[in-house]
Amino acid sequence: MLQLPLVVTAHIDVLLLVLSALSLWTRLSHLSSPRAVVFDEVYYGQFVSLYMKRVFFVDDSGPVLGHMILALGAYLGGFDGNFAWNRIGAEYPSGVCVWSLRLIPAICGALCVPLGYLLTLELHCSHLSALGAAVLLLLENSLIVQSRFMLLESVLIFFLLLALYSYLRFHNGVHSPTLRYAWLLLCGVCCGAAVGVKYTGVFSYLLLLGVASLHTWNLIGDRTVSHVSHRMFQRINKVLTNQRRADSCVCMCVQLSVCVQCVCRAVCLLLVPVLLYVFWFYIHLSLLKHSGPHDQLMSPAFQSSLQGGLSRITRGQPMEVAYGSQVTLRSSASQPMPCWLNSHRANYPIRYENGRGSSHQQQVACSPSKDVNNWWIIKDPHRRGLTVDRPPRPVRHGDVIQLVHGTTSRLLNSHDVAAPISPQAQEVSGFVDFNVSMTAQDLWRLDIANREAESESWKSISSEIRLIHVNTSAGLKLSGSALPAWGFHLMEVVAEKHFRADAVSFFWTVEEHRYWTTEGPAGADGGSQLEDKQTHRSVSFWTKFTELQRKMLTVKQEETEHKYSSTPLEWITMETNIAYWMDKSSNAQIHLIGNPVSWGVANLSLLAYHIIVSVYLVRRRRGFRDLTEAAWQHFVCVGCVCVGGWMMNVLPFLLMEKTLFLYHYLPALTHLHLLTPALLEHTHNHLLSSLTHQRALRVCAAVALLLILCSYWFFSPLTYGCPELSANQLQVLRWRNSWDFLLRRQ
Amino acid sequence: MEKEEPLSQLTGKTWDDSAVRCRKVPQNIPVVSKDKNSPTHGHVSEDDTQPSNGSYTQDSASHHHYVSPSKVLLVLVVGLSFSTRLYKIKEPPHVCWDETHFGKMGSYYINRTFFFDVHPPLGKMLIGLAGYMTGYNGTFPFIKPGDKYEHHNYWGMRGFCAVLGSFLPVFAYLIVLELSHSHTAALITATLLIFDTGCITITQYILLDPILMFFIMAAVLSMVKFKQQRYRPFAASWWLWLVLTGMSLAGALGVKFVGLFVILLVGLNTAADLWRILGDLSLSLVDFGKHFLARVLGLILLPLFLYVTIFTVHFAVLNKSGPGDGFFSSAFQSRLIGNNLHNASMPEYLAYGSTITMKNLRIAGGYLHSHWHLYPEGVGAKQQQITAYLHKDYNNLWLVHRPNKTQSGSPDLVRHGDLIRLEHKETTRNLHSHVHEAPLTKKHHQVTGYGINGTGDANDLWQVEVCGGHKGDLVKVLRSKVRLRHRATGCVLFSSGKILPKWGWEQEEVTCSPYIKETPSSQWNIEDHFNPKLPNISISILKPNFLEVLVESHIVMIRGNSGLKPKNSEMNSKPWHWPINYQGLRFSGVNDTEYRVYLLGNPVVWWTHLFSLALYLLMVSVASLAIQRGLPLAAKRVEHARVLKSGGGLLLLGWLLHYVPFYTMSRILYYHHYFPAMLFNSMLTGITLDILLKSADLLLRPPYCDWLFRFGLMVLLLAVLYSFYLFHPLSYGMMGPLSHEPGSSMAGLKWLASWEF
Repeated sequence: MLQLPLVVTAHIDVLLLVLSALSLWTRLSHLSSPRAVVFDEVYYGQFVSLYMKRVFFVDDSGPVLGHMILALGAYLGGFDGNFAWNRIGAEYPSGVCVWSLRLIPAICGALCVPLGYLLTLELHCSHLSALGAAVLLLLENSLIVQSRFMLLESVLIFFLLLALYSYLRFHNGVHSPTLRYAWLLLCGVCCGAAVGVKYTGVFSYLLLLGVASLHTWNLIGDRTVSHVSHRMFQRINKVLTNQRRADSCVCMCVQLSVCVQCVCRAVCLLLVPVLLYVFWFYIHLSLLKHSGPHDQLMSPAFQSSLQGGLSRITRGQPMEVAYGSQVTLRSSASQPMPCWLNSHRANYPIRYENGRGSSHQQQVACSPSKDVNNWWIIKDPHRRGLTVDRPPRPVRHGDVIQLVHGTTSRLLNSHDVAAPISPQAQEVSGFVDFNVSMTAQDLWRLDIANREAESESWKSISSEIRLIHVNTSAGLKLSGSALPAWGFHLMEVVAEKHFRADAVSFFWTVEEHRYWTTEGPAGADGGSQLEDKQTHRSVSFWTKFTELQRKMLTVKQEETEHKYSSTPLEWITMETNIAYWMDKSSNAQIHLIGNPVSWGVANLSLLAYHIIVSVYLVRRRRGFRDLTEAAWQHFVCVGCVCVGGWMMNVLPFLLMEKTLFLYHYLPALTHLHLLTPALLEHTHNHLLSSLTHQRALRVCAAVALLLILCSYWFFSPLTYGCPELSANQLQVLRWRNSWDFLLRRQ
Repeated sequence: MEKEEPLSQLTGKTWDDSAVRCRKVPQNIPVVSKDKNSPTHGHVSEDDTQPSNGSYTQDSASHHHYVSPSKVLLVLVVGLSFSTRLYKIKEPPHVCWDETHFGKMGSYYINRTFFFDVHPPLGKMLIGLAGYMTGYNGTFPFIKPGDKYEHHNYWGMRGFCAVLGSFLPVFAYLIVLELSHSHTAALITATLLIFDTGCITITQYILLDPILMFFIMAAVLSMVKFKQQRYRPFAASWWLWLVLTGMSLAGALGVKFVGLFVILLVGLNTAADLWRILGDLSLSLVDFGKHFLARVLGLILLPLFLYVTIFTVHFAVLNKSGPGDGFFSSAFQSRLIGNNLHNASMPEYLAYGSTITMKNLRIAGGYLHSHWHLYPEGVGAKQQQITAYLHKDYNNLWLVHRPNKTQSGSPDLVRHGDLIRLEHKETTRNLHSHVHEAPLTKKHHQVTGYGINGTGDANDLWQVEVCGGHKGDLVKVLRSKVRLRHRATGCVLFSSGKILPKWGWEQEEVTCSPYIKETPSSQWNIEDHFNPKLPNISISILKPNFLEVLVESHIVMIRGNSGLKPKNSEMNSKPWHWPINYQGLRFSGVNDTEYRVYLLGNPVVWWTHLFSLALYLLMVSVASLAIQRGLPLAAKRVEHARVLKSGGGLLLLGWLLHYVPFYTMSRILYYHHYFPAMLFNSMLTGITLDILLKSADLLLRPPYCDWLFRFGLMVLLLAVLYSFYLFHPLSYGMMGPLSHEPGSSMAGLKWLASWEF
């Protein structure tokens, strides 16, 4: 019921407002300059374009939400996707709304500053410390650079900070359970989003899970809370009926039983992020309907679910492969390039370069291009004809077949002759009878690997088959090596005896499929009279999701060192910078380079925290209680969030073999910047007893802030790309020899 | 209420511990002081039985927690273990699998020939010693698996490994007994290990694994025994077990670097122990210091000393030149009898017209090398490859020329600052560089071989600089550190140490670095030097001291280890394959006519392990939850929970430490890497199943629950025995048709399609 008079009381933290304004100003001013592609924009941009055109793609570098967020910005700015993202430094055409491309990351980056402020407050630090933390984040050149372009780190950091903040709100909360669990739900959502933006978000998510499970464990040990309580419902009823007792909420949150609380936490922190992660893929797959450049990475079944591409070819083709069918056989192992079983009018050379002999029969290989030589006809060894009966006789698992090459009519053959490149395996050839007592060994047994019944028929697209050579029981295999010039650099195909059940290089799939019955053509060219004609194949979302996810995690791009790549240990000392952009005609340039003073301060406080905490621990163990229990808990909590966050975001990279860049360090750095003010406050309140020392510390902190401001100002030309610096000025800024600045020769 | 923090958890836990510990104190001794660990007399006499000397006092006999090993059971375990391992030890009489490496290296020790291997030397030294003692003379070449031994005495080496391997079930029995004080648990563990076909196979051949696992288990056993001595610190037995732990650690590390994991396990345990002692306020800091120093002495200094001793012996024994020379620096090679640098004699100063080899000065740096192969498409300019190669080879030879082609008659000496052209002797290409990205180190320039018959272009000119030299200084062979600076671009010839992909034959990358730094990677020395026109002078090289040799050999080993990358074949095994016994390893034989041995764990045993791992996690979480919630528990259950948490926790940690790191390794992995972890898993299985069966009284009333206990135990033992009967041909050899054909001795036993027997 409405209470009159209507009074609105608002508490406005002016500090927070000012910080937000400054932060927006540093991140958003002149957002569309430079009007050129900056660093990894060239990479993310192509995916944004593909989103605009709704063309399917696979990106193994990260999950889909990040790309979608960038695409949203482009969509709002009316970007049509018609821009060739071909090189860094290319000018955007006038039609492209550059600031809209960069707006969302910039806003996320700007919001990190007030979030840092709030987070420090939530860690039970004073407003002054919170201000310090926010200023450190505000004046961090590297965070500014990374926020101002179409890149994902700022979005990731935003979600990470928000997740931590909302978890602490939940943990510290004295509100009603509903509100507290709303915060926890928000935390779960942010975790899901962070992991959806970049896989590196997992590290902070794990930290959060660790802290949350520790808290839950303590809750379980709390014997004042009931196991499974009926009183809770009584309480709720009481509260509902008795509106006056507003403060009974506090009482009730104690009374929520252990089971209910644990289940709630598990749902919010485990189930929600996982579901959200899947949900991003659901959006991704429902947005991207058209076939595109990465189709070939996916299985034929997946491809045929996309519009255009393979589905156009395979639509309407018969499902079951019958005797007399004409098929193309695609190898399942050929990654990233697809290839099809191929033969052509050329024989194996009589002698190879290394002196070994061959059968000199017709070459069989795997061709990466689609051409007419990829067609094979399935033949029944007991019959002569190559046409399909009416009704067609399907080929089943275990049947013995022959494969006739379409253009040359040679039979697929294998024999005890060493293969050209892999001599431990058998050669596969199109049989030519030279009358040299080499008889044809052209019978193959069909082995459907993903069969459900023993008499399963061979289906195009969906059946994964092996062809087992009857005489030698060797399997037809893509060896993975390429033939030399005499084999036109096609991929080598061999038959190998010893194979493992799951070895993917033995698997083949029928991709295109057609046949002629005695009356006329059926299949792709018309043949609507056939009943088993397949219409649009529907592949369930789960199948597509698991396949896409597996591809993203297993597709390995070539590991090469980048000119600006660096190792985790170099990040701590900021050994390298990254050149992001340089003007076409002048020395104006943008670099990813941190604020050296605040990095130094952050490293110092990291070291100081470790020393202080170990001294405390040892002294506590020996029975000296230097701190009150509350102060100690507070100190540990700060360490968990800041130092723990830093470690979780650095240590895993040490084990990684990926090409790493300085920007991978930014989430860790953000955690570290939160540590410094909290540590100073602790030193001030607990370690320094005399007033003079405290004053000295305050002065030191103020001087440090001033220095940080100065160095921010100093390096801002490299952050914003203007004004242009002369060669001498650049030389002055080059504080470390390992930094690389660019100089245009005059 | 909602603000519990880590520490309250911590204190809570110590209180639980203390509660448990108090419960262990027998009823007749009143607990006087609050400090639980002080070595009062009552504790000592009550808690410490010395299982090793076999005599137990009346007190401990009455105390059911402390059980000394039953002699009958122990003898049974020892007998079974030795008989299963030594049975058919001579079969097959040919080289199996990696025997070709380790047998060969054993022979090298007998012949005193220097070689290079990625593992530390102890294991191979012991193999060599065992061979030597049993009359093997080191002449068998061990060329490839399948070679017949004929008259050579190979059984001594195999027998030695098998004897060490036979100790594994015994050690496991004792460890589990110590941790759980339950004969049943120990018996289950011993049975699982004795009748595991994998464990038998891997210990029957000349391999490092049985030796490694022996030391690992010995270290764990002595650590556990040492822990049990904690109520009588600094007594003789306390020292004994401490020293034994240290010795076993040194042994484990001396066999393979995998020994680091057990060192980590012992280290963590010791740290926890020290932390406990630190928290004991009845002990002064001086006492703590004594404890600390004793452990430093026993667990750090002693193993380090032994480890270094192993290497001393290694270098003292191997004093003849052999196949491993090229991996080491020129100075190192001069120690080896028969090496061309041993008492070398060659022209002292570098001259024009000389044929030379150049070796990079970084540790484990290779020789400057080229061969008839071009850089592939897309990797810089498509010119001839220049690499660094670790083996001695005629493709390492280079000719030193003046910039212009004219050859003056008398050989002039090369001086600091001179411009030279280096021509590859075999392919007549010049060493060349230009501004293209290097193949791997993108910040550097590419180095190629260019030109024909020594005619090239201006990019073939290099300036010779002697480090620390001045203009006009002569270049000393072997002793000068030479830098080659590219004339046109100013970069220096650099060996990055990165391994080129397949197109570069997995040799090391050579680049031209624009960053001029004084690093060994950009310094080279001239190792071989031939010039018929100059007199040869005997050169004594500064012999490296032992510490340098030690450091160098370690860096070479670590490089070699990380260089073992998986090839692009499908044979590489993934860590997740291992616990599920997905695929084994062929030790011997492929076809149906051959004598086949296949390394594969007894599937019943291994899947029991896997099952109990899950069961353990479930049980321990239920137990911890119950304790954390403060549910009233019977004393028996509390004791079970303690065993699960402390004993099982130790074993689980051991399993994790020996298994998880493999996920981060990029080197090639094999199935047999899992065996140390498997040992921990089987001990965990013993404890878990024992407690599971003993908790039968949760379901049934007293007489029946004992029946269930016995019944479960019988079923388990019989299942293991029967499966061993089924699968024993895997270890002891199979002949005849393969298992997928009828009539095979293994017909119907190919339960997974991925097994290859």
